[in-house]
Amino acid sequence: MNESINIPWLVGSLVAAIAFVALNASMLVWLERKVAGHIQRRIGPKEVGPFGLFQSFADGLKLMSKQLIVPECSDRILFKVAPLLVMVPAIMSFVVIPFSENLVARNINIGLLVIFAFASVNVLGLLLGGWGSANKYAVISGARAVSQNVAYEIPMLVTVVTMIMVTQTMNLNEIVLQQPDIFHWYIFRLNASPLMPVAFLIFFVCSMAETNRAPFDLGEAESELVAGFHTEYAGMGFGLFFLGEYANVFIGCSLATILFLGGWQSPFGVFPGVWWFLLKVYTLIFVVMWARWTFPRTTLYGLLNLSWKILIPISLFNLVLTGVMLKVF
Amino acid sequence: MIRDKIKKEMAALSPVAMLETEHAAKGYDLDVRVSPDQVVAAAEIMDRAGFFIEAVTGVDWLLEAKAAPPKPKAPSEAGEQPEGGGAAEEAAPTAPEMEVVYDFNIASELCRVVVRTRIPRDNPELPTIQQVYPGANWHERETHDFFGIKFVGHPNLTPFLLPEDADFHPLLKG
Amino acid sequence: MRQLIESQSDETFILNLGPQHPSTHGVLRVKLQLDGEYIVEAEPVLGYCHRMHEKMGENRTFAQFMPNCGRMDYLSALAYNHGYVCAVEKAAGIEVPERAEWLRVITVELNRISSHLLWFGAYLLDLGGFTPLLYAFDDRERLLDILDTVTGSRLTYCYFRFGGVYNDIDENFVPAVREFVARMRTRLPMYHKLVTKNIILMKRLEGIGPVSAEMVRKYGATGPVARGSGVSYDVRKNEPYSVYPEVDFDVPVYSEGDSMARYKVRMDEIEQSLRIIEQGLNRLPEGPVMAPKAPKILKPPKGDFYQAVEAARGSFGVRLVSDGTNTPYRLKLRSPSYSNLSLFGEAAQGMLIADAIALLGSLDLVIPEIDR
Repeated sequence: MNESINIPWLVGSLVAAIAFVALNASMLVWLERKVAGHIQRRIGPKEVGPFGLFQSFADGLKLMSKQLIVPECSDRILFKVAPLLVMVPAIMSFVVIPFSENLVARNINIGLLVIFAFASVNVLGLLLGGWGSANKYAVISGARAVSQNVAYEIPMLVTVVTMIMVTQTMNLNEIVLQQPDIFHWYIFRLNASPLMPVAFLIFFVCSMAETNRAPFDLGEAESELVAGFHTEYAGMGFGLFFLGEYANVFIGCSLATILFLGGWQSPFGVFPGVWWFLLKVYTLIFVVMWARWTFPRTTLYGLLNLSWKILIPISLFNLVLTGVMLKVF
Repeated sequence: MIRDKIKKEMAALSPVAMLETEHAAKGYDLDVRVSPDQVVAAAEIMDRAGFFIEAVTGVDWLLEAKAAPPKPKAPSEAGEQPEGGGAAEEAAPTAPEMEVVYDFNIASELCRVVVRTRIPRDNPELPTIQQVYPGANWHERETHDFFGIKFVGHPNLTPFLLPEDADFHPLLKG
Repeated sequence: MRQLIESQSDETFILNLGPQHPSTHGVLRVKLQLDGEYIVEAEPVLGYCHRMHEKMGENRTFAQFMPNCGRMDYLSALAYNHGYVCAVEKAAGIEVPERAEWLRVITVELNRISSHLLWFGAYLLDLGGFTPLLYAFDDRERLLDILDTVTGSRLTYCYFRFGGVYNDIDENFVPAVREFVARMRTRLPMYHKLVTKNIILMKRLEGIGPVSAEMVRKYGATGPVARGSGVSYDVRKNEPYSVYPEVDFDVPVYSEGDSMARYKVRMDEIEQSLRIIEQGLNRLPEGPVMAPKAPKILKPPKGDFYQAVEAARGSFGVRLVSDGTNTPYRLKLRSPSYSNLSLFGEAAQGMLIADAIALLGSLDLVIPEIDR
């Protein structure tokens, strides 16, 4: 790989990443509303543009035109920094995601590490936003978000460590290259570890919990905490949290795709490319939405119990098992 | 039948009046009128018998006192049907009074018991029964809101349904 | 962080749940004293929707008070209509024709189903499940259309009159109700499959917010709250009124006392209401819907009268004190949610916020009914 830094390419790809995040988010909001609509036997948005496709742009315009209100008692600096702390790392993570073999901003050897390093900043944004708002609901929500993220980062990282043991690399593009067709997808590599499908499931559930998506959206549980950490945010302050959430959902699903489902590789070994990647990612995102509109919300202790008592032991067991399998075979 | 049991126990309190009523006509089976200081004892009887509390409320009899000239009348005997209806109207008192009504009911059979008491209108005070029935707490607060009746021993007689600064009692007559 | 520090001690802080809060369904405010997320003390604060219906009752003639009945519990307004007209009919000694009685029972039970359906949807919304709300509203919409054709309104019904009902049904009513009953019978299993047996829901409701039978008695809770705690008390059975003695139906009782039990009671009640409605349709006699001799100006005799009916939330009682004039001397309205909510403070102690929300929702509160 070319290790010299190509500044125009990097700037261009960052701009592209920002544009993609915004476009992706508006697309996902539209998709979410359509999915929710059809699950609930409604039509969903249909007025703005064909099939209501431009609804999110209208909403985005509205959000941008709204006044940014900073509550009087709040910590002004933290309050304003928090949405950025959610948004910026999410965009940065896009730098290393291989959309196809060549469509990657920086193909670096520690891509996986970079993503997790940035992903862990996300929770800081939620906590600071909650604390800085000087709103009791927001503070409770911030505390919830932290305990939830800590609990779910562990099984997720243990699973990722397992994957690194199997793939022997942290370069995302190389991981994809190791999975040329459906039989080589890591989710079906039972010879590496018989628990691979379980590992995928753990990873997927954890990434859902990490991104605060229902049924794990305890941080913004609106029936309990009004709107959680973004209770006091108006206009684009809220909009950035919103964008960040959808960007994180995309990153979570694309990581699951890259690690387990062969990334941009075709399942049949022909026509690999960005379309396969997007197809897989959006399928996973659809599953995330489906879960959101089907399940009621869990409670915080139910969530923590699930993590500490079920997911962490299983993922640790999987780690040991994979290590043994690697040594033996 | 539980009504007879209640009747017997209530009789030990020597209530002011007690009469059996026909459920179909009145909606309750036993109408007991006690003096204000016997309210707690009456509630304890109901509690021991397994009744639940349905409501506590008041009636302001000011207009009746105005309408009827004072005339002495013997309290009606138990079982006798007075011409007015319940035990409440069996005698128009000289000084205006307020009535506090406790509705008790039981889940296991058909028996609704009404316990009433009368207190002077210018000094409406009687003991609380919320230590017997915690559910009476709210009902008594509401009654205090609406009538200004003071339930002695009640921990929190602040305005409940009315605004915090309410200094009026909307259900007082006149 | 000033507000956080200003609380009573260093360990706890006060959280105002409401009066504007998504899960207090209206304008209930609950003052929570919290230790972390654990509730040390919960104190409901009422009165944000207080309109003093009882005083209005004293200033109006008996008939003029009718519209108020639909504005207390706006979700089961017909049961409130029923309680009030029964009380006045009892006081004035008005006979009601049999067809009117059956129509009352049918419409009240339809109204009960619509109330339970709305509760079902809103409760799942409290628990974070969005979709059941839309499903429930889909069913409820059909129900409201049916009730609309016969009562003339969709929510705040004022259908009953002293001595009968306001309007006879048209020829479409019976087939429409039959169709609804058949449809609802297919929908209920779907709800159970989608929602009741959902593992997350079971974890969130089972064992949460236990209310003992003793607590139910001490606080005077009635309706599904009592029946979820093993107290078999239903005014329709215990103190039969109207034509309920002639109807064959069961009173669902669960003894667990947790939120799941209350949930199941309401879901089973929908089924029982369907049974009642079916029997009502089969036995609906021909005849007038108003008593021919019902007086235009009511002057019930002196005395006090009590009438309880089973509203969707429990026993609704009317204590009517008449002084022989054309207005009530005193009209006490005993609303079930008022007593049901009063046990919340004790039951919620030591709970987590999320569980307290599950408990609060399972009480099925309608705030205008509590505040009156």
